[in-house]
Amino acid sequence: MNQEKSLLNQLERILPLVEKPGRYVGGEYNSVVKNWDEVSTKIALVFPDIYDIGLSNLGLQILYENINQRGDCLAERAYSPWQDMEDLLRKNEIPLYSLETKTPLRDFDILGFTLPYETLYTNTLNLLNLSQIPIRSEKRGKEFPLIVAGGHATYNPEPMAPFIDAFLIGEGEEILLEVIDAYKEWKKEGLSKSELLLKISSIDGVYVPSLYDPQYNSDGTFLAVKTKNKNVPKKVTKRIMGKLPYAPTRFIVPSIGVVHNRIAVEIMRGCTRGCRFCHAGMINRPIRERTVQEIIHSIETGLENTGFEEVALLSLSSSDYTNVLELVEEISNKFSGKNLTISLPSLRIDSFSVDLMEKLKGSRQGGFTLAPEAASERMRKIINKPISEEMLLTTAFEIFKRGWHTLKLYFMIGHPSETLEDVAEIAALCKKVLAVGVKAIGRRAKVHAGVSTFVPKPHTPFQWVACDQQESIRQKQNLLREELKGPGLKFNWTDPKETIMEAWLSRGDRRLAEVIETAWKNGAKFDAWQDFKNYDIWMQAFREANLDPDFYVHRERSIDEVFPWDHIYPGVKKTYLKTEYLNSLSLRLRGDCREQCYACGITQTFNHLRKEDPGIVWKCPNISQPRSKNELSIPN
Amino acid sequence: MNYRYRINYSKKEGMRYTSNLDIHKMWERTFRRAKLPLAYSQGFHPQPKIQQASPLPLGFLSDFEIVDFFLEQEMDLSSLETALTNSLPFGISINSITQINLLEPALQTHTIASEYQVVFLEEFDAIKIIESIHVLISKETVIRVRRGKSYDLRPLILDLEIILENPIYLKMLLMSKDGATGRPEEVLSELNIPMELTRIIRKKIILANEVLDNKLGL
Ligand code: SF4
Repeated sequence: MNQEKSLLNQLERILPLVEKPGRYVGGEYNSVVKNWDEVSTKIALVFPDIYDIGLSNLGLQILYENINQRGDCLAERAYSPWQDMEDLLRKNEIPLYSLETKTPLRDFDILGFTLPYETLYTNTLNLLNLSQIPIRSEKRGKEFPLIVAGGHATYNPEPMAPFIDAFLIGEGEEILLEVIDAYKEWKKEGLSKSELLLKISSIDGVYVPSLYDPQYNSDGTFLAVKTKNKNVPKKVTKRIMGKLPYAPTRFIVPSIGVVHNRIAVEIMRGCTRGCRFCHAGMINRPIRERTVQEIIHSIETGLENTGFEEVALLSLSSSDYTNVLELVEEISNKFSGKNLTISLPSLRIDSFSVDLMEKLKGSRQGGFTLAPEAASERMRKIINKPISEEMLLTTAFEIFKRGWHTLKLYFMIGHPSETLEDVAEIAALCKKVLAVGVKAIGRRAKVHAGVSTFVPKPHTPFQWVACDQQESIRQKQNLLREELKGPGLKFNWTDPKETIMEAWLSRGDRRLAEVIETAWKNGAKFDAWQDFKNYDIWMQAFREANLDPDFYVHRERSIDEVFPWDHIYPGVKKTYLKTEYLNSLSLRLRGDCREQCYACGITQTFNHLRKEDPGIVWKCPNISQPRSKNELSIPN
Repeated sequence: MNYRYRINYSKKEGMRYTSNLDIHKMWERTFRRAKLPLAYSQGFHPQPKIQQASPLPLGFLSDFEIVDFFLEQEMDLSSLETALTNSLPFGISINSITQINLLEPALQTHTIASEYQVVFLEEFDAIKIIESIHVLISKETVIRVRRGKSYDLRPLILDLEIILENPIYLKMLLMSKDGATGRPEEVLSELNIPMELTRIIRKKIILANEVLDNKLGL
């Protein structure tokens, strides 16, 4: 291709001038380069963060393999260029291109953005602009690609609504392929862009925001969305896979070092622990597991295909995987002595977890991480994460005794009802754990406390709750910094500005789009990166849009408030979330719902999938069983 | 018992932007994909036994790179080559594989010089280049500062000439010993040629045992 040639010539001159030029050239092992002229539908999968982070994104990898398996389609990739490269692209008027065939993104049929977190919103606008594509959906005719987006952040699509043609809500394996099919038909029919949007809006899980009209009360709260067309669904229910499909095995092997150089295998999806702050735990229900055989097979094939030296077994709560012991034993039989590092994150706090880790510990040893989240009994009841201190200390002792020198503990601060005493207990607990470590192995023992700040997320029981004030967060962090000084202790925290930014982006309504656009125009991008120097730009953008960030961030919602994301349905009912919110207010714990279903809505919503394939095992018990409302006590 | 092999390979395409450290990883993963019994060092953090000759700066192409590796089993060269070729990333291709005596010195300590070809991406005035080459060559010392340290570039230039073919190119023979490495971009800078307007290709690496039958007089 001539276009490709001249672009390559231009690139040859600018790449020597940028940092890590290997991020912009593709050609990685397992990347797929198809003949552009031989396929009908071309999709670019876009991850709006730098290559180093985006390359190992599992969602993108799954879609890349899925689409490229089809003879009639191709999938290529693009990531956010770092500032130095962006400057040179703009200066030389080079539009953003795909890594595989170096084709400008605007020449693709569909661009699929992955939005796992909200701080990528400005990057998304920036990428569209770098691709010489209008950022607003209404300004794009059919000569531009269809812009779709999916990922965890899109469960509240409203802040990005004016920029994205269609959101694909939920698990992407099938839905994107269905959108591609609809696109192909539409192209053959030669109809208008609005016909295309209407067509895809009938696919389950597709949300076309331009077909919905948000309405507000005079106090600024949300009133309702009105559909603009009678054929458009009132509520968009997320898509899930009844049974998890085969895991990807042809992972792209980067030719340069990136953040995660590894095979990632999802051992299960979903979580039934019911931690009230956890977005992933609420939106990824129900629990579906892969079999041990499937997982082993994926690892084996993945290793053969990539040569990677690291394997990550992913899930929200590994200890809850039914056959976790069998899995770990099988893995250590099969793969020990092969110079592999195998990680199993998200383990429960008990000595069984230490047994598991010990079996995986090959010649290369990683750290040990546990997530107590809260240190006081009261906070544990509020967030619904019951752990016993005694159990934590026993487990910590085992961890140190069996050869780990560093224990990382994750905590969360910032729930509005949290007091300084609750926070002080975090520091006290870390010190107790360190003392246990010193008893076990002496002064080599180290405790690292990673303390994040709570953001009340949509579709969680805490969606009614306010976000902590910056001053109060700082005060709590100062307390911890003071207390967690000294040998063997380390303390990491999140800048309160990052928390606040994440809060308004995740809780915003459609009016926030204007703020995002203005902030981007004034230079905000890489919002999770830039040491929060963008914060003032954002504040200015709020002023220009005549909106108050505190309205989104620090306001406690009334119990019957309508949320801008209520028409996106994750299968978990708002009434269930409400009950859980009220339970948190009365410090009531609720147990793992696998043992006792609370009828969150998942089984009703997706019963058809379960029926379709009676062989599949979800971990939800049968909902017709009578349920009791036992209060759970803290296990010892 | 380990067996030692030497690969001569080319580095092209996007792989030119893969650093030396990452090339090391690339070889390790290629061996793993090819299921070849690569030997690892003993100890707490076992490392694959792979040695590279003189590092190639980022962005350079090469027709001639050398890497030594150790296998736990002896293998015949052609099946070794087939297995590797099928597992290599786009842009890396094998020119030859030979078996090497275990006792030969490590490649890094064994490299003497590298030959580079510099192609121009834009038109340059050949006469001017010839003049500046002349000026450079006739100097006794050429003191330059790199990464805060000053050094003499002149003795590192073993040969430098312009080849007046169409298109014209430069040919450089530069010292590449441990601690005494002449860098093509430093020479270009002396000649006032911006590096980003050139394409630099390593054509050859000269090893110590080849010097005897070489008329360099090193
Ligand atoms: S349906 Fe019941 S068991 Fe399944 S996720 Fe919801 S509460 Fe848990």
